[in-house]
Amino acid sequence: MNADPTRLLAREMAARLRTGETTARALAEAHLDAAERQNHALNAWLVIDRDGALRQADAADAVLAGARRDGPGALAALHPLLGIPVGLKDLISVEGGQCTAGSRILEGYRAPYDAHIVERLRDVGAVFLGKTNMDEFAMGSSNEYSAFGPVSNPWDLDTVPGGSSGGSAAAVAAHHVPLSLGTDTGGSIRQPASLCGIVGMKPTYGRVSRYGIVAFASSLDQIGPFARDARDAAALLHAVAGRDARDSTSAPVPVEDELLHLPESDDEAVAWLRGRRFGLPREYFVAGMDPDVERRIHESVAFLVDAGATVEDVSLPHTDYGLATYYIVAPAEASANLARYDGVRYGLSRRLEGGDFIADYLATRGEGFGAEVKRRVMLGTYALSAGYYDAFYVKAQKVRTLIKRDFDEVFASGIDALVAPTSASVAFRFGARMTDPVSMYLSDACTLPVNMAGLPGVSIPCGLSEGMPVGLQLIGPAWSELMLFRAARAFEGLTAAATWRNLEPAQLAEADDAAGPTPAERAAALAAAR
Amino acid sequence: MAGLSRSDVEHVAHLARLGMTTAELDRLEGQLNHILEQYMKLAELDTDAIPPTAQTIELENILRDDVATPSLPASAVLGNAPAREGDFVIVPPILGGDAG
Repeated sequence: MNADPTRLLAREMAARLRTGETTARALAEAHLDAAERQNHALNAWLVIDRDGALRQADAADAVLAGARRDGPGALAALHPLLGIPVGLKDLISVEGGQCTAGSRILEGYRAPYDAHIVERLRDVGAVFLGKTNMDEFAMGSSNEYSAFGPVSNPWDLDTVPGGSSGGSAAAVAAHHVPLSLGTDTGGSIRQPASLCGIVGMKPTYGRVSRYGIVAFASSLDQIGPFARDARDAAALLHAVAGRDARDSTSAPVPVEDELLHLPESDDEAVAWLRGRRFGLPREYFVAGMDPDVERRIHESVAFLVDAGATVEDVSLPHTDYGLATYYIVAPAEASANLARYDGVRYGLSRRLEGGDFIADYLATRGEGFGAEVKRRVMLGTYALSAGYYDAFYVKAQKVRTLIKRDFDEVFASGIDALVAPTSASVAFRFGARMTDPVSMYLSDACTLPVNMAGLPGVSIPCGLSEGMPVGLQLIGPAWSELMLFRAARAFEGLTAAATWRNLEPAQLAEADDAAGPTPAERAAALAAAR
Repeated sequence: MAGLSRSDVEHVAHLARLGMTTAELDRLEGQLNHILEQYMKLAELDTDAIPPTAQTIELENILRDDVATPSLPASAVLGNAPAREGDFVIVPPILGGDAG
């Protein structure tokens, strides 16, 4: 047994809390220590809330002590996330705390209320370790667009963790927390999960209430879990999913309790695959794809076939139009959502002498927003402006219909789920995609069609390419999260003996070096050498 | 769908209320045009008969009961305002000083 509690899965921690082998305070301290020790090298956290986390941990320990007095029934009835440390992307409101969304324009802002998902996690007694780094307003695929510095990938500290939920993914990969939450508008959970070698799910649009979350593109944004395995991720989704009257887009669809009871035995998990039909969308194997990543995906497909599933070639013919469609719809919605940052009611405020309110807006927004946010607000404003609305925005919404129909037709033909790469490459070096915005946008080519169609998708680790994690993406019909997690759990069962399953991130130990370079310094050194 | 000229970029920046330096505008002009070239791909598709999709889960309007429920106290709502007077937010003048 490993003595370091940060190496346990969330459910293993939960079991030890119940037997009394550990306490929520001990778990919180071990994770806080790891996060504090390594944040210099990783920059995954914008806030590490030691005092708040220990208070919540003590409250969880009191609940555990009460249940222990009341007997085994009371202990068994406790929620699996009681006393478990969780990381929250810094666009999730926690009352009284910061919520920067990675932007200077929200520096100093204090959230006046808890997000719905924060209320839910409080109710079950989870422990909030802190707020994680992210691309500004969730716009980015590398976390390099954070106003508070880039994040290092624990597998190679000179590479990005992906984005926009880069801090949430790196923190889970680095064992600073067993669980974290992120948001996914075009791939911002799945792509960093893939690059960091962990599990990350974007649920169906409407599955999780977004009340209290900073909005980016409201017809696409969805909240979802990161974890180190499928069962832990499913448990976190179960805790936060479901209808909330304060988000009118959250759907009144039942959340299955089976999410808490995915098979424990590998054999039982694998047996589920017999007779399942998977589709392999040929458009997801694009020119320029890393051939070694492609090999890992095909090996994964072979495992599924060996276990009795069928995998058929399918076509999603409008995939290639996804990028252009996404980069019209998402910036258009963002330009409207970000109009609220006016320097009047909250956030950064510049009031110039002379009393010209337009000049105040220009100064506030010009100073508060970073380069990528400005680019997207410009694109969105242009796409919605008079004379271009039909040519760009309406056209993109029509193509969105075609993209969604592609998926509908494949699932209507009897395919249970699609199997695809999450990302066409492994984690890339700092700066590699910073000079050409389109090269950064292409990072999400395999994930953003799923958002356009509102579908759930999960990225799970499926091996390494030259020492860096590769993610396998499973995509299902709307509301099929349970099925996707069953498939993910089955894949874990199939690969349980693989060497790569039990590796620590290759450079995690180096992140202990408090005198070493920060991610920003690494990025600067790489830029200077280029 | 011609490209964006420099004055187009400045016009859009003003519409978006984004103050930018000359260097930022220079950079954006090239970048935005490169991105707009990617948009041109959509012209390949005939979408005349295709309805637009604005949202993906076919939820109908959801009405709630017309009952008053507690809301946040004014102090919490106004706590982040950069300039306040009592329970009011001080906003910049929008009607041009003396001319009213």
